Amino acid sequence: MGSNMAEAHPVGFQWAMEGKLAGAKLMHVDPRFTRTSALADLHVPIRAGTDIAFLGGIVNYILEGERWFDEYVKHYTNAPVIVDERYRDTEDLDGLFSGYDEERHVYDTSSWHYAGMEDEETAGERAKGGTKGEQSGHGAVSGMLSSGEPPEEDPTLQHPRCVFQLLKKHYKRYTPERVAEICGCTKEQFVEVAEALCANSGRERTAAIVYSVGWTQHSTGVQNIRAAAIIQLLLGNIGRPGGGIVALRGHASIQGSTDLATLYNILPGYVPMPHAEIDFGLHDYLEGHKGKTGWWGHFDAYFVSLLKSFWGPAAQAGNDFCFDYLPKINGDHSTYHTALHMLDGKVKGFILLGENPAVGSANGRLQRLAMAQLDWLVVRDFYEIESAAFWKDAPEIETGEIRAEDCATEVFLLPAASHTEKDGSFTNTQRLLQWHYRAVEPEGDRRSDLWFTYHLGKKIREKLEESKEPRDRPIQKLTWSYGTSGQYDEPSADEVLREINGVGPDGKALSAYKELKADGSTSCGCWIYCGCYANEENAAAKKTPRDEQPFTAADWGWAWPANRRILYNRASADPDGKPWSERKKLVWWDSEQGKWTGDDVPDFEETKSPHYKPPDGAEAEDAIAGDHPFILQADGRGWLYVPAGLMDGPLPTYYEPHESPFENALYGQRSNPVRQLLRSKENLYNPAGDEAGSDSYPYALTTYRLTEHHTAGGMSRTLAYLSELQPEFFCEISPELADERGLVHGDWATIITARTAIEARVLVTDRMAPLEVQGRTMHQVGVPFHWGSRGRTTGDSANDLLPAALDPNVHIQEDKAATCDIRPGRRPRGPALRELVESYPRVQKGEPA
Amino acid sequence: MGLTRLISRWPVLRQLDGDPLGRGKSARSEYTEQLHARTAKADHVVKSVCPYCAVGCAQLVYVEDGRVSQIEGDPDSPISRGRLCPKGAASKQLVTDSGRELKVKYRRPYATAWEELPLEDAMEMIAERVIHTRAETWEDADEHGHKLNRTMGIATLGGATLDNEENYLWKKLCMGLGIVQVENQARI
Repeated sequence: MGSNMAEAHPVGFQWAMEGKLAGAKLMHVDPRFTRTSALADLHVPIRAGTDIAFLGGIVNYILEGERWFDEYVKHYTNAPVIVDERYRDTEDLDGLFSGYDEERHVYDTSSWHYAGMEDEETAGERAKGGTKGEQSGHGAVSGMLSSGEPPEEDPTLQHPRCVFQLLKKHYKRYTPERVAEICGCTKEQFVEVAEALCANSGRERTAAIVYSVGWTQHSTGVQNIRAAAIIQLLLGNIGRPGGGIVALRGHASIQGSTDLATLYNILPGYVPMPHAEIDFGLHDYLEGHKGKTGWWGHFDAYFVSLLKSFWGPAAQAGNDFCFDYLPKINGDHSTYHTALHMLDGKVKGFILLGENPAVGSANGRLQRLAMAQLDWLVVRDFYEIESAAFWKDAPEIETGEIRAEDCATEVFLLPAASHTEKDGSFTNTQRLLQWHYRAVEPEGDRRSDLWFTYHLGKKIREKLEESKEPRDRPIQKLTWSYGTSGQYDEPSADEVLREINGVGPDGKALSAYKELKADGSTSCGCWIYCGCYANEENAAAKKTPRDEQPFTAADWGWAWPANRRILYNRASADPDGKPWSERKKLVWWDSEQGKWTGDDVPDFEETKSPHYKPPDGAEAEDAIAGDHPFILQADGRGWLYVPAGLMDGPLPTYYEPHESPFENALYGQRSNPVRQLLRSKENLYNPAGDEAGSDSYPYALTTYRLTEHHTAGGMSRTLAYLSELQPEFFCEISPELADERGLVHGDWATIITARTAIEARVLVTDRMAPLEVQGRTMHQVGVPFHWGSRGRTTGDSANDLLPAALDPNVHIQEDKAATCDIRPGRRPRGPALRELVESYPRVQKGEPA
Repeated sequence: MGLTRLISRWPVLRQLDGDPLGRGKSARSEYTEQLHARTAKADHVVKSVCPYCAVGCAQLVYVEDGRVSQIEGDPDSPISRGRLCPKGAASKQLVTDSGRELKVKYRRPYATAWEELPLEDAMEMIAERVIHTRAETWEDADEHGHKLNRTMGIATLGGATLDNEENYLWKKLCMGLGIVQVENQARI
């Protein structure tokens, strides 16, 4: 669901096809019929953005039909845990949870906790101030227990306030009939999917759910994935071979860039950035974020080791290991807020490292207008991408909104070295680090980003060497000594990876994160990567051929953490440690040797017996019982219900997309009540639901990828081969919509939203089937998002149509479900383009940045 | 060409000579004998990883005379088993394309065209801009006296196409400089 794997991840899709050849049933639930659908046993078309209705329907199907995996659910999930008596469900409050603050559009989450927990025991309390998830780093933030076992449980699952019963109540109204009515599929199609999932789960079988980044691009993005997690936990499909939730990401190192944290709210290893209003010093910070139970119980060791890798000898116990050197956050500083602050002049300098927001971010016009207000912009890329050239050929040049002669932005375009011109590692979508070697030296001014970073840092440090300003101390004291080689003084990527891995008091590379200490004797740049350089060997560079090793291929690259290929794989054995079945065995307890063993690296302490019961007062991993596989959670269980840590509810609930032509058929609350809307005259929204003017945008709009292009096109529209294979921007519509609007296959169409209007060639196809939703016919318009004004093939940008309407937990924009109008012909040129857009109803909403 | 030779080249006769299906030696010509794989003359081969999506298909990069001469899928990989998609298969063009920028381009405020700038000067100027903007927009504390220790005047975006080591070092530098608005493609 939410993935067109055959086209967006074609080489990975060979494994789905291998599965099908081995007898697996392949089902595709997606608004469009794609090549993935063509190869599947079943395609179910649904309206874009209705995923939680569909998934909630599956949860209800499992619960009503008594299809859950009972032993797994009772031992490995929080189904038996009893929830606070103040908790009120969406069933009680017509689509809202308890604690909603109508004025500020945030939840006080304290009533969502487990029963019997003191408020001060729960760091989720921190969210009470409505900080909107800006510190959402790791699980320890979300639920601190005084011991590994929650205070109140009912192992029979009968207590009316136990998670299991709450789940039943919450999803009761997600009947097959309701699913069909909301999603636009048939009841039979839905039941076939739900039944196949149930029939293929249990001791002998497992089922996997695959999604791609599209699932995250919703105002309920996090809850889409949570809903899949509930299904997989109920069916016992997590931590087992052939199971799981497979997240297919879209860039070579997007996993690595998340792990190593080029994101505003986290430090490497999902360690939260310190917050100015709560983390007043190292002590406060550690108190607030260190879990008492589970592996986050060693948070202090991870964090102090990180400070040591940043500030080395300067970081000492006496100065809180330089905690004060770290900058502090105090709000949502994510990229859409940054764009608004560029527009109002607060952000003056902007550095782009292989990203092209003029095409790739939602509301491209906002992005370009914002960049035109900068003092200076640095772009590092292979080509002169749209974000480097906005001052001379943005669409806003044509409308007169940007004039080069009036634009003060100074622009530096620095050519980047390619993957063949530098050593380094990518982390792929399965957490696997793979090393690539330099094949040739880069030519001309092309340099690696490692070179740019290292030499820029070196220059700044030299210039500030004599400074006595306190603000310059963190940069002066940063450890910045890396071996260089070659004619350009290229820093050693291998040395940097070794720093990320970490070293012990003897100066030797560490082997595992268990060796990290909070006393400053170890350093480690990213605790989850600790071990990738064990025994002074770059394990990311391991390339033992696949036919010379077992199927887990443990000697090809290195997967974090600890080279485990399947996370939480203790769940592949039953509570006693025996495989659930011979067919699905992966790791198990060897009672003779007294240790866990198997085909994968066990994701459990090697010698912890399956019958281990934590003694009173046990902390960290010692507080987790032998039959609880989810060792990073404070209670060691998979969370069907999330007692703290989420901004928009402990259970996924169906809400309409922010821009939707419909009211919510399940609740009075139409859209996610705490979704983030950004108030700006350059970020207007389409009226939606029953708001006046919503009928001006009668169609659902969704965006997607093509096999032959890559994201914003900088690495594909620039190439002759790929441009020839997909030479022109287009939109996909159904024959019925073509009739309704007089659109002709091969001719032009203009697509209009409150942001802008763009033109595209019309592709009329049965693949975009009209759907029956809430008793009326609903059409969808599909557009690939790769095009822009530069490169070998040019076209309008689909992302220009979309608003910044964000998920409240992770601030990702709702790209995959909006509304639009469509009409035949090309869009107007010049200022007439804005006149057309302004003739449509448009509304300002949300909070100022 | 002599008549005997002409007759001996007649495909039917050549097939009768131990190649009844006509798919073996009879299908070969002098021209095909001279053909060789473009990888055959490579000076060396380097193990690599595809730079596009996150599947992480393994690549073999062939180098001849100091230039990338071919990129192919690496059959050793347990992930990709030697396959590449159209993008991965086009990655030789990505790295060798003549359209790739070779020199720094600089646009002055209010200019209508690019100009050239030596890389060293560009690095110097960027370092100066960072230092200046940082000093100009520095925030020691908020209105309640809570420490901030940062600049909100500088932001960075990107990282998902970079190496792990590059992401780490960039984050480290930004933390040293007090730049908190560090974001990448994972946010979109």
